[in-house]
Amino acid sequence: MNVFDIIGPVMIGPSSSHTAGAVRLGRVVNKLIDERTLKKVEITLSGSFAQTYKGHGTDKALLAGIMGYKSYSPEIRNALEIADERGIEYSFNKENISGAHPNTARIHYYLDDGSDGVMQGASIGGGNILVNQINGMTVEFNGDNNTILVMHEDKPGVIASVTNLMHWEHEDLNISNFRLSRLHKGGEAIMTIEIDNPPPDSLVDDIRGIDHVINAILIRRV
Amino acid sequence: MLEYTSISELVQEAEKRNIRISELVLEDQALSMEKTSLEVYEQMELSFHIMMDSVKEGMKKDQRSTSGLTGGEGFLMNEYAGKGEGLSGIFMTKAIARALAVAGCNASMGKIVAAPTAGSCGILPGCLVSLYEDRGFKEDDIIMSMFTAGAFGMVIAQKASIAGAQGGCQAECGSAAAMAAGALVELMGGTPSQCADACAMAISSQMGLVCDPVAGLVEIPCIKRNVSGLAIAFSSADMALAGISSKIPVDECIDAMREVGEALPASLKETAGGGLATTPTGRKLRDQVFGSKGV
Repeated sequence: MNVFDIIGPVMIGPSSSHTAGAVRLGRVVNKLIDERTLKKVEITLSGSFAQTYKGHGTDKALLAGIMGYKSYSPEIRNALEIADERGIEYSFNKENISGAHPNTARIHYYLDDGSDGVMQGASIGGGNILVNQINGMTVEFNGDNNTILVMHEDKPGVIASVTNLMHWEHEDLNISNFRLSRLHKGGEAIMTIEIDNPPPDSLVDDIRGIDHVINAILIRRV
Repeated sequence: MLEYTSISELVQEAEKRNIRISELVLEDQALSMEKTSLEVYEQMELSFHIMMDSVKEGMKKDQRSTSGLTGGEGFLMNEYAGKGEGLSGIFMTKAIARALAVAGCNASMGKIVAAPTAGSCGILPGCLVSLYEDRGFKEDDIIMSMFTAGAFGMVIAQKASIAGAQGGCQAECGSAAAMAAGALVELMGGTPSQCADACAMAISSQMGLVCDPVAGLVEIPCIKRNVSGLAIAFSSADMALAGISSKIPVDECIDAMREVGEALPASLKETAGGGLATTPTGRKLRDQVFGSKGV
């Protein structure tokens, strides 16, 4: 914690959890989309998000974050109009996502290249977030750090190959958090690796080249 | 580096070195953030400038919240203050107008600095912009005092809470008032231990304050609680400067605040399940904004 966690963040009101945190959740999707073109988003709101999203501008905040704006961007106020101008279709649905944190959003995005993806995360207070699921798989990261997601087959030695590569080729990279989850034994698995320092551009490509790795994505701090 | 787990430790260290708490904190934060003191100072300077912009934005006649439940409070209070007939004097009535304006700016999706939260964002600027604009304090002293406020907030966040959902409104507006009280004393030339006394008295004055927002929105009563927080910050600072000390040491006040926060029922911690939120009018206003059907 530092003094600007207390005198700060600079943000568009009215609520750090329902507005600023919502922008940051949207920004995770923005990082997942990367440079590709977004066509449509279906946003599902659960719990307190569902009940109070209009008064807190949670809908505008999520959409603004998805489009790449930050929690202090005045454009948040006009996010719906900006999405219309950019030709992005959007819809908001309410649903109780069982067992989820009260401020949870699930964002299903569709790109113009025909691909799609889903992110589910929660705004856990003070503008902080926790991403719980990506494409149906359990993850756990807060977007404060650079995070690498590695989708791979559940085979012995894959984790060692990834971490060895990180260490031998980029020796100043320090892993601050690591989590593994898999759908079933021998099936698809996902590594969530948070690192302290910004990674070199080549890292993700290098990881993609490892045996049994299906894909790797870098989510720079949001 | 400092731990920020005790205000009395900050006071002792500052008094030992015969410097202001803010100087100690700026030096420490630069070290821990691996930046120069100037860079850290400039970031705080930017925050102060945003606070002044929020005051202006929230004073506009047509300021309305996104929900439509509130709006125009800063404008009305500023008009009243301008007449000079306010019971609490021109200085205080203008300060009240500023706190209302910043809290209103927040409710209308304007840009604010959370201090420590969005719901309590009017208290620190209400105090500091008033000293800057109406009492001729130098901008660099004002900006420095924000490091004292921030340090007190860090201790409260670590030992108790600054989230309404965890500690009730005492954790939000209570913390903001306690932070502001410390900053005000430092600006007025008080000693570090007087800053701590002001902080303790502000916490004591809002011990147990519940978080009961109508419709779950950061508007009713949040906007006006920024005014009570501001009044408590000024009165606590004045008591400390008069030489009145807090009988309960500040760190024990913070411990008590945590205990009280834990003891508050969930219905009174930002869930809109009690207090003003569930009064007949509170419910009616909720239905007016969101319709009568929940999820």
